[in-house]
Amino acid sequence: MTSNTASAAEQPMIEITRLNKWYGDFHVLRDIDLTVAKGERIVICGPSGSGKSTMIRCINHLEEHQQGEIVVGGIPMTRDVKRIEQIRRRVGMVFQHFNLFPHLTVLENCCLAQVWVQKKPRREAEKIAMEYLERVRIANQAQKYPGQLSGGQQQRVAIARSLCMHPEIMLFDEPTSALDPEMIKEVLDVMVQLASEGMTMLCVTHEMGFAKTVADRVIFMDQGQIIEQNPPTEFFGNPRSARTREFLSQILGH
Amino acid sequence: MSEQNASAAPLPASADNQGYIAARQPPEKVGGLLVWLRKNLFSGPINSLISLVLLYLIVRIVTPVVQWGLINATWVGSSRQDCTGDGACWVFITTRLGQIIYGFYPTPERWRVDVTLAMFAVLLVWLVIPRLPYKKIAGLLTLFAFPVVAYFLLLGGSFGLPYVPTRQWGGLMLTLVIATVGIVCSIPLGILLALGRRSSMPFVKAVCVVFIEFWRGVPLITVLFMASVMFPLFVPAQLEVDRLVRALIGISFFWSAYMAEVVRSGLQAIPKGQDEAAAALGLGYWQRTGLVVLPQALKLVISGIVSTCISLFKDTTLVLIIGLFDLLGVIRAGLTDTAWLGYATEGYVFAAILFWAFCFSMSRYSQYLERRLHTGHR
Repeated sequence: MTSNTASAAEQPMIEITRLNKWYGDFHVLRDIDLTVAKGERIVICGPSGSGKSTMIRCINHLEEHQQGEIVVGGIPMTRDVKRIEQIRRRVGMVFQHFNLFPHLTVLENCCLAQVWVQKKPRREAEKIAMEYLERVRIANQAQKYPGQLSGGQQQRVAIARSLCMHPEIMLFDEPTSALDPEMIKEVLDVMVQLASEGMTMLCVTHEMGFAKTVADRVIFMDQGQIIEQNPPTEFFGNPRSARTREFLSQILGH
Repeated sequence: MSEQNASAAPLPASADNQGYIAARQPPEKVGGLLVWLRKNLFSGPINSLISLVLLYLIVRIVTPVVQWGLINATWVGSSRQDCTGDGACWVFITTRLGQIIYGFYPTPERWRVDVTLAMFAVLLVWLVIPRLPYKKIAGLLTLFAFPVVAYFLLLGGSFGLPYVPTRQWGGLMLTLVIATVGIVCSIPLGILLALGRRSSMPFVKAVCVVFIEFWRGVPLITVLFMASVMFPLFVPAQLEVDRLVRALIGISFFWSAYMAEVVRSGLQAIPKGQDEAAAALGLGYWQRTGLVVLPQALKLVISGIVSTCISLFKDTTLVLIIGLFDLLGVIRAGLTDTAWLGYATEGYVFAAILFWAFCFSMSRYSQYLERRLHTGHR
């Protein structure tokens, strides 16, 4: 918990202003404003279809927005491919369905982008990969193919693969939603550890326990809007809007 | 529930001390030929009857074929007079084996074809057998060095080699040249077309769609006719392109359209998340495509690609209609030889066996490749 809050003078890691996005005629993101400081941990929750995944996917341009501005680490997002790749190099992402490359071993999964994007020599890339696989406690599976691992193991590999690129920001898109209950903890443990090391994190999840222990801020989204954002104690103890209270009662109710 | 049962009942002998049942060997399979026969061929009166009828038919068909082709056949000789047996007369084949392999390639220059074929065979074996090292070098040699060497060696006209115009090429050699060039050109071109067809750039997409649909909508015979008859009408005489080259271009374009659709079906089967994950890591379009999407997509459609290669190989015989004498063409030409009238069966059977051998090897190799590249379920 070293760099819990960034100094005010520092420029924000992510700055989203009046972001709007449509799928056809459907208005998925409506006037989103969000500023994330360096080292801040943000949990985003909300009912399905509320646009939370779409929003974080806009941050590394997996989705294109039509209006508004996104500035990541001081770089304004444009349609320019070079610019987008520059931003993606600083932003790691973990997906609901892991999206490991099934034709490559765990080690090769972790080395691919290091070798081709960062142009590191293979040996150095493998060394870094092994370090991160060690950190997510899966180094002994390095030579296996993703298809031979359990869901929890695959997700930890996916986290390691992202970390190998030394990102400044990590986006998590429902990282535990596709996991069997007994594997959720092993992935959350890795994420908690990462948070404690000062990584800037945006995490779409329904794991409210994780939100309570780790998040600096919890954001509630509904119908493409940010309804409420507050520190977890405030968010869970004293939710302001009726919609938030209803949502919380539904997911914490049993 | 089960725990209660386990604690209530006395532990079975095979249970370990924690109450789990120890793993046991599966029941032994009952083996033996008789057991197999009984289970698979004679499991009931109707099945037995069907088996017997089929057995009878097989014997009735195979016996005369073997008698004709092997037992009563004539193998050695130099002319029609040597065909004494009432079986096949393979003398027809043996006397013109040179022509079947080399076409009308001048006899003193045939060693050039031999060398080219030998180089090709060595490279192919090197590429195909996984235990042999330096695969990258073999790949580069096959793709870049070999075509150049083969070109100068087969065509000649330089390095002191006499010029052999392509109209003298023929037989198995011509079939292999057409098939190899066709396969080697149509696969990469097909991949590019498939990628183009999925492109988000409207112009690229339109060009690819039009190209693919045009070539797929035209019969290969028409393509070959156009290449050999129509093309010279529109192009000034000085610009004349060799007839074989025109056929090769037509065949490559034609089959690349089919390859494109096979590859596209593979691309569509790869989840979008793969490309997204690669993009999130900062990989550019060609890196994502070449390192992540294509390796998986091509693996899925190996059997489709090889099927297309097999079709291509067999359809090389169509060049006959534009006056190129491939393997089948040379054999057909031999049949019109008045000294050998009436030996069509031998000729066609031999051609069929050769074609079958090549196509069957391709098919087996594709099956082997699929098994080898399998990395467990996703």
